[in-house]
Amino acid sequence: MIKVLEPGFYSTIQDLGRFGYRKYGVPVSGAMDGYSSQFVNMILGNEKKAAVMEITMSGPKLEFLKPTTIAISGALMQPMINGTSIAFNKSIKIEKHDILSFGKLNSGFRSYIGITGGFHSKPSLGSRSMYEGVTESVQIKKNEYLGYQSLTANLNHTYAHVKYNQSYLMSKDLKVLKGPEFNDLTKVQQNQIFDTTYVVSKFHNRMAYQLEPNMKHNLSSILTAPVLPGTVQLTPSGQLIVLMRDCQTTGGYPRVLQLSESAINTLSQKATNNKIRFKL
Amino acid sequence: MAFKLKYTAYNERSILIEWPAIIDEKILKNILLFKYSIENNFIKQTIEVVNAYNSLLIIYEHTIDNINNKIKELKTLNWSLNGELNIKNKHWAIPVCYDNDFAQDIEKYSKEINCSKADIITIHTQPKYRVFFTGFLPGFLYLGGLDPRLFLDRKSVPNLKVKKGSVAIGGKQTGIYPKSSPGGWHVIGNCPVELFNPKSHPPCQIEAGDTIQFYGIDKAEYYEILERIDKSEFNLKPNA
Repeated sequence: MIKVLEPGFYSTIQDLGRFGYRKYGVPVSGAMDGYSSQFVNMILGNEKKAAVMEITMSGPKLEFLKPTTIAISGALMQPMINGTSIAFNKSIKIEKHDILSFGKLNSGFRSYIGITGGFHSKPSLGSRSMYEGVTESVQIKKNEYLGYQSLTANLNHTYAHVKYNQSYLMSKDLKVLKGPEFNDLTKVQQNQIFDTTYVVSKFHNRMAYQLEPNMKHNLSSILTAPVLPGTVQLTPSGQLIVLMRDCQTTGGYPRVLQLSESAINTLSQKATNNKIRFKL
Repeated sequence: MAFKLKYTAYNERSILIEWPAIIDEKILKNILLFKYSIENNFIKQTIEVVNAYNSLLIIYEHTIDNINNKIKELKTLNWSLNGELNIKNKHWAIPVCYDNDFAQDIEKYSKEINCSKADIITIHTQPKYRVFFTGFLPGFLYLGGLDPRLFLDRKSVPNLKVKKGSVAIGGKQTGIYPKSSPGGWHVIGNCPVELFNPKSHPPCQIEAGDTIQFYGIDKAEYYEILERIDKSEFNLKPNA
């Protein structure tokens, strides 16, 4: 078990998300940065679907009550064991009563704690990804206990040759495809989207990132249609909203762009006032 | 009836198929035939199909190497649709309490559309509403068939909290809030029945293509149903 001494700003359990429940209106969810979350599982020799802890902006303080191995990836948040700095993207041996804590956020916005065998929270609809109305717990809370597999029989794999690509944490460029309503924009508006450096507004979370500035347009709403994480909607007031992992399954705003999978990972490491550019 | 369909790559592992952009039961039927045909021809674990009024989104579990080949594959399937495919749609009777205690907006709404409360209930419980799809929130049904006499634009300022079970009208649509959420629709009643339960299989019994009809209940019946739900004695059952 892990005892949560401090939960951090916003920490959740995430995995690959829910597949097959969108037809009931259930969001996909899953780790915002799929690259970093899968990187910790790879380092630990876990299955891809093993659950990780997603931590946001400031890290938690956790006490491990059984030996295990962990790995940390994503945003640079100065992780420490018993007050001593530990390496990113490496498997770290944990002894009974070791305490994991974090320092200042230096770069990026979300980090991932992987643990051998994955976190054992209660799954709902085929996934452990926390989501209100679907899982019993929606956020990791102070003084709660989190289960994981004790490390006894498990071989401690080391994947030292795997190199983590940190450049995407810093990258401004988001690779996109044209969205279904892209061609309803005028040529000038289309070019404007790719010539503009957008800024992440203060409204950003696991559901969506709102961008600034707004753009003038005369597109009308569409008949409610499917959307996916990474869909960029254009609101009547001209704001671009990038839908993220916890987004609704359908929407009525024109869908002007669609982020690639890697661009969703990149954007999930951005915070208020960070700059981005769309690239076809 | 043949519709002109548009196929596009939506992302690295999804294909969007679009029908003409109108709300029409014939289009829904066509979309659902295609949907069942896809579901019957692929392994469910590797594909997910979502529909809305005039679209079908096919999401593959893994990135597709050649999206054009997949589109060709889907186009071949469409031809096989000429064969008879039996869709068994269900009909559901849904209890709604229109008591003022559950209908926070009915007084104002009644004045704005110039229709008495009794008439609103009669008109609202008359049609068999067609379920086009589920979206917005887990278990939120998009229904077609609202009587035009009940049309009223959404509130300009949405409510921060619309209570779970609220039955409401927004623009040309009516719907039930499966959980408490912000919302801009006019609330005219409340449905005690749980429309989405993650512990049930499936979590939502009512599906695209089904029909529903509301029937009015009084407050005593409303609380009786809640009690029975609490004891797991109430199950929504479809009519044949």
